[in-house]
Parts: sequence; structure tokens; C-alpha cells
Amino acid sequence: MGSIASFAQVFIALSNMPVRLDERLIIKPVLSLGYLVLLILPFAVGYRQGHQIKREGVPTYAPGPNEVVGGFLCGALAGGGLSLLAVLLTHFDLREPLVNWSPILLDLLAFGNATWFAAVIWLVIGGGMGAAGGVLRLLGPRSRRAVVTMVLVVLGVAVLESLVVDLAEGLGLEPLTDRLYARRGGVNWPSAVGLAVVSGLLAVVGRGRFRQARTRVSELEGAKRTQANVGLILLTAAVLIVLPLFAGKLTNELLANVGLFVLLALGLNVVVGLAGILDLGYVAFFAVGSYSAAVLTAATSPKIAPEMPWLVALIVVVIITGLVGLFIGAPVIRMRGDYLAIVTLGFGEIIRLLFLSDWLSGWFGGSQGITNIPAAGIFGLTDVAGTDPRRVFYLVLAFCALAIYVSWRLERSRLGRAWMAVREDETVAEAMGINTVNVKLLAFVVGAVLGSFSGAIFAAKVGSVFPASFLILVSIVILVVVIFGGMGNIIGVIAGSAVLIGVLGGPKQPGLLAEFSEFKLLIYGALLIWMMLARPEGLIPSVRRTRELRQHEMAQDAWLRGEVDDDDGGNGTGGASSAVLP
Amino acid sequence: MTRWAPRRGKPHTGVDWFLTFMRVAALTVIGLGLLAFIAQEINTDNPFAQWANPDATGLTGAQFQGLIISGVTQGAMYGLIALGYSMVYGVLGFINFAHGEVFMVGAMTGMITSNKLADAGLWESNFVGSLVFIMVVSILVCSLTAVIMERVAYRPLRGSPRLIPLITSIGVSFFLQNASVVLLGPAAKAYPDVPDWIRTKHTFLDIEGAKILVILVAAVSMICLYYFVERTKSGKAMRAVAEDAEIAALMGIDVNRTIVKVFALGGAMAGMAGILWGILFRSVIHTTGFLPGIKAFSAAVVGGIGHLGGAMAGGLSIGVAESVGPLVILEPLGVSGVSQLRDAVAFAVLIGVLLLRPSGLFGERLPAEDRT
Repeated sequence: MGSIASFAQVFIALSNMPVRLDERLIIKPVLSLGYLVLLILPFAVGYRQGHQIKREGVPTYAPGPNEVVGGFLCGALAGGGLSLLAVLLTHFDLREPLVNWSPILLDLLAFGNATWFAAVIWLVIGGGMGAAGGVLRLLGPRSRRAVVTMVLVVLGVAVLESLVVDLAEGLGLEPLTDRLYARRGGVNWPSAVGLAVVSGLLAVVGRGRFRQARTRVSELEGAKRTQANVGLILLTAAVLIVLPLFAGKLTNELLANVGLFVLLALGLNVVVGLAGILDLGYVAFFAVGSYSAAVLTAATSPKIAPEMPWLVALIVVVIITGLVGLFIGAPVIRMRGDYLAIVTLGFGEIIRLLFLSDWLSGWFGGSQGITNIPAAGIFGLTDVAGTDPRRVFYLVLAFCALAIYVSWRLERSRLGRAWMAVREDETVAEAMGINTVNVKLLAFVVGAVLGSFSGAIFAAKVGSVFPASFLILVSIVILVVVIFGGMGNIIGVIAGSAVLIGVLGGPKQPGLLAEFSEFKLLIYGALLIWMMLARPEGLIPSVRRTRELRQHEMAQDAWLRGEVDDDDGGNGTGGASSAVLP
Repeated sequence: MTRWAPRRGKPHTGVDWFLTFMRVAALTVIGLGLLAFIAQEINTDNPFAQWANPDATGLTGAQFQGLIISGVTQGAMYGLIALGYSMVYGVLGFINFAHGEVFMVGAMTGMITSNKLADAGLWESNFVGSLVFIMVVSILVCSLTAVIMERVAYRPLRGSPRLIPLITSIGVSFFLQNASVVLLGPAAKAYPDVPDWIRTKHTFLDIEGAKILVILVAAVSMICLYYFVERTKSGKAMRAVAEDAEIAALMGIDVNRTIVKVFALGGAMAGMAGILWGILFRSVIHTTGFLPGIKAFSAAVVGGIGHLGGAMAGGLSIGVAESVGPLVILEPLGVSGVSQLRDAVAFAVLIGVLLLRPSGLFGERLPAEDRT
């Protein structure tokens, strides 16, 4: 494991990530983001190597000092990769293919000292981090939670720096943030220590409170539960409405971008999460929405320019995109899942190529796109344009609320249950009398319409549409967002967009960590693999989906506990498990 | 899976009518385009040709031959890549979306090695030797990439629902592409200059040397692969695992090792294709693998996925269709700027084949659990 980590370390170092991210300070003057990415891995392997696979019948042994030693060795091995790299950096020149093979990297690795220093120090650092990981294993659950909270809070505060500063300015709390953050970015180290202590204490004191509160809410019945839910939703809505008033332009821009992706992700969630259709060409609907909004509202549209008001255009856009959804959906809907994925990808690419082509440039302007799209007027009250991100955010928020309401109602409707039945087993669903073709087609159309909202807002926000904005990678990023958050779960999808788009940034939009822009796609790819391997149900899973994905494990657990016929019947896999009942 | 044939007797739904309409429309466009093309070939002034596209000039024989040749060349490469898709699909039953990226890794490896050789002066002095050398290096690197990919990303997922490994492979593809960006930089990179006999046209059939080379090498690799799969013991094991992995395991075949071999072999073919791509176009960028990858997948489907000869034939037909199709079907109908629509045509072929004949031209060889 340590040696795999050492390869990964070298890869990270050569990807220029440390050098690029070195400018972003986390804790001034001790730690920069660049060094942080090199520290995480030894720590992780150190922690991970103490992992025990719990097996029935095999006694689990209590973690002891062995964990620390093992952690140290693994971490040192991981750090050793960097030591080796430092030595190689001085003796060979591979700048030709590897663009980041530079003295700057060596300098970073050696902290400005000689090469041998780098070689030694990384062994020590790696070992230290690995040992720390091992120690974390040794701690009880209580102190482990405290430590993890401390680290997360400090990192979170540092990462959210621009957001916090922006908000504090709006609220008039500047003295506080001045004390917290250093001038050149990053948290001052005394405040970092203070934060760590406070959050650690809070974690120890508040241990379990949150969970208790949650179980209490979920135990509520009927009307009371509805009340609690309504209260929560109203509170969130109030925060989201009030917050932008105090935030600056940058924060609002960020919020608007996140909102656009929430909208897209909710649409894809209906298709992928609820109906289980893997649509890789989702960007097509985004593109069709944007382009039709542009053609309908802009005076500069090449062929026809009806110059409709935005809201009227939106109705037409919805109809057009719905029809396109039908048109794309109908031929592919009977295909097997994996063929369908590739074919939708093909459709997504065909649509972009058509917008780009000379053939249709008389309609859509080819590679020049359509520019000077007017602002979106809402009943003559306000104009929403990209120059005022706050209004864009409110518009996006309104549509997000609509989309959330629609998907929430749909999930609990007859149609939603039909979707989930199709997702779980198409043959059985068909046998139950569900018209699978129509149901799946409807999912496609609903997803398309939700995507078109986002497209229409995007056109008004940016003020121009180009084929280059609708690359396939947009689809993939939305897919990562949906999968990361939790397929089929509205809250999960929203959280996924907020975390990924907000922090790392969208395909073209910068996030809070703007320094990551070069690496975000790489991270998205790695994240997708890791999520599929470790947690296919997502960050905030939907209960039903988890059951589906972990069917075997759950059946096994139930069997081990001797309770095969669970009350809800969701996890017994029929014949095999009932056969072992005495 | 999609089976439209048994539905014939059933009452038609709206979707069925729509599909029939689409099929008829597609066939009409193709037929009309072909007729117009023929009419324009005979005489550009006849009324039908004038009605379809007044500006059409038709194609000369040499132009037509050139199109076919470049189509066949591209198709040979698609075929080589398609073999990897087809073999992996045969044994594991999922689409390895990242296979196109393995091809890109091959082209990149070739670029790095050939540039190093050119620096050392060997590229000019002993071109054939260095070509063989970069092919060997690229095959090794690509096989290794494919094997690592299998070990890290796909093996833990064996037996999970079909879409899960597909999504993972999308992640792998994304990762490899962007790893190339961060390691090697985002700019397009060039191969060193090739000798004249590669660049100029030969008297024989009037084809450039590079294209002859591509077709020859592709044919030789195909024959080697065919021999390996049909005649050696490992090949037999592969076919057995493709037929039914569980039974194969019972017969004493190491399934894991066989799957690793399949990945290595597919990677080797992709690496070969990567070098050929580099020799033909002499430039490579991180997105090089995406479109050829998708087209090769289409080729595998067209040829009937899981069918080796079919993959090669499918590659050739996709290659010819995308190079000839726009000029023979779309141009005569008055579509302007047709060469931009090449990729769209390739995708349309994929969609068309899946609509009309989802099992491919040569019939599909499916793993056991799909056949039931």
C-alpha cells in the first residue's frame, strides 16, 4: 500500500499541483495548500493500513502500538517516493515530455535546501504523517471525532476564506476576519490554534447532540413531523433569501453558478437517479435550452429574431426542449442501459456539432454563436442580466425551488414509483403493468425540461451562447455531481453541487479554490472512480438506492444476525436467503 | 436488451410508430442522397441533380478513390481499437469507456519515444528500426496501463450492476485525459518528421506510404491476434471465459489471469493503433482518444460486439462511411460545409445500426447471463 501511495505522490508532485497551489496559504505561515496535498496521502495510508476487515468468526484484535509503527512505515514509503523524485530531479532532465520537471519543484520539495535534505525530510514527514494516521486509529471514537472536527473546521475556514470575508464585509464584521485571516490569504496561526481548540471542545461537548436531534425529528409522526420539515425548509429558504443581500458580487456569482448546476443536476437526477437511465448527453438539453432562448430573445439572432420577452420565450423553450427530449428519447429508450449511455453521448455530440456547423450557421451563427442576448425581464419588474449576479441568483433560486418541488412531488407520485420500479427491475416492472417505454420517455422529457430552464437562464446570464460551452465534459461534470451527492436524493444532489461546483468550480466557472482550476477535471475523474469503488450510493444516499446497491451485503448481514425476514422485506434476496432459515 | 423483432405482432404504440417513421425517414434521406449523387455523377445539368443541389459538381474517380482509401486507413485504426472494446465486452460484459484513452496513451508514448530517438539521430538513420522500437514500447506501456486500470478500477466492481463499471470507466477516461494534461501540458505535440517515402504518394495505386503502412500493420496485427485467440491455449481460455466465466473456472482456468491477458491484449492493439495514428497525422493531444474511442466502439457494435472479425469489418465500414458519407449523401442534397459533419455522420451510423440491427452486422456474441 505504501508503494502505491508513493507512486501517487510522485504523480501528484509531477502534476504541478504542489507548485501551483503553494501560493494559496491555509495557515500562515506554516502550511500552504500545495504542501497539504502532499501530506494527505501518507496520513491516509497510515490510517488505512490499520483497517481490519470485520469477519464473522475471526476475532478482531484491539489496535495497539503496531498501528503506529505500521503507519510510520507506510507513510515513510509514501514519502520516500518524493525523496526519490527529489534525487532524480537533480540528476536527470526530463523536462521534454514532463512539463513540470523543473527546479521550482525541487526547490519546493527541499524547502530551499540541498537535495539530500529533501530526501531525508520527506521520509521523516511521510513517516510522521503515517504514524499520526496510526495514532488516530488508536484513539477512542470520541477523541477521534474531536480531532477530525478540528482538522475539518480549520481547513474549511481556510478554504472558504473569500466567502467568509465577503459575508463579513456585508455584515460589518470586518475586524473579526482581519484578525482571523492574514493579509496575503490564509488563516493566522494563532487563530488557527484557537479555532482548533474551540471546535474540538464543541465536538466533545456536542457529541451526539446533532444525531439525537435528527433521530428525534425522524421519530416524529404525522402532523408534527410535517411541521418540523416545513420549519426547516422555511429556515433554509429564509437564509438563502437574506444571505445574498449581505454578500458581495463574487459570492453572488458563485451562488448563481452553483444554482445553475443544482438545476441541471436535479434534472439529471430525475433521469439517472429516479428512472435509472444513464444519460451521458444531458448537455444536449442544456444546449437546446440556451440556443432556443437565445434565438427567441436576441435581436442579433441570424435567421429569425422574434425578440420575445424572456418569460414568453421560456414557455416556447420548454416546448422545444420537451420535443427534442421526445425525439432523442424515443429511439434510444428501448436500448440496453450501456448502449443507451453511449448513444445519448452521441446525440449530445451531434447536437453540438450541428450548432457548430456551417450548414446551420445561418440559424445559429456557427462557431461565432449568438451574442448580445438581452437580459431576462420578469413581468417588467426587473431585468436579470449577468452584470448583477444577485438578481441572477434570485431567479435561479426561484427555478431551483420549482425544480425541487417538482422532483419531490414526482418522487412520491405514481409516476415516480413507476420510475423506481423500472430502475430496479425492468422486466418485473413490465410484468406489474407499467408501460416501461412511456414511463422512461417521460423521465427523459422531464429531465430535458428541467435542463432547459438552466439553459435559458444561462443564456440570459452570460449574454451569449457558443457551441464551445456545451462540450460533453459538462454532461460528465453534472454526472459526477449527481453521483457524488447521492443518486436519487434531492438533498444529496444539492449538497453535491454546492460542494463540488462551489469549491472546485464548474467546467468553465471558477470555484472558491480558483487555484484548482487546472486540476479540477482530474479531480472529478478520480472522484468518480473513487465514489464508484467506495461509496456508489453517494455522499447523502437515498435509502432505497442504498438498499439496491448493497443488496447482497445487507442480505448477508441479515443472515448473520439471524433475521432474514426483515420487516420491510427490502433486503432479503428471496430464494437464497430463505433457504438457510431453519 | 432491445429486441424489436418479436414486437411485430403486438399492437403498435406511439413510440413504435415514431421509430418506424424515423427508420423510413433515415432510409429516404440516404436513398435520395445516393440517387442525387448518381444523377450528379452522370450529368450535373439534369433536372433531378439541379433540384437537389444546383452547385454540386460530383466527384472525380480519383477523388472518390482517395476518399475510400483514407476511409479504409482510418477504419483500420478504428478496427484495431474496436478489438479492445469487443474483447473486454466479450469477457466482462461491460463497455470499457476508457479504452479510447489507452489509445491516446499509446500515441503519447510514441510521441515521447520518437522525439527522444530523433534527438539521438536514430529516427532518420534507421527509420524502420526505430518505428518497430516505438511500437514495442507503446504496446508495453498501453498493456500496462490497461492492466493497471483493470486491477485498480474494474476488478473490485466485478459482479456489480452493469452501469456501475461503465460509470467507473467514464471516470477512468476522464482521469487519464486530464492526467495527460497535467503531466505533459495541454498543447498539441508533434511527431518528428518522417522520411519521404512515408509522405509522398506511390505509383502503386497512388496511395501515400503512411496509409499503406497503416493498412499493412493493421492487417498483420489482426492476423497475429486471430492466431493468438484461435490457436493458442491462452486464446482458448479467453474464449472459454467469454462463453461462461463460472464454468471456465470450474474447468481449471484462472479467470482473473485470463481477464488480465484480455486487457493486456486489447491495450496492445490500442497501442499499435496509437503509433499508426501518430505516423499518419503526426500530432497528438490529450483529446485524441475521445472521438476515435467512440467511433471504435461504434465499430465494435456495428460488427457485432464480442466478435473479433466483426470488429475489424465494423471499423472499416465506419471509417469508409464517415469519409464517404458526407460527400456522397449530404453534399448532393445541398448541405453546406459537409466535412464538419464527419463526426456527426459516424455517430449517426452508430445510432442507425443500434436502431435497425442492434446485434450488429455479424451477430452478437454475448456473455452467458445476457443471453437468457
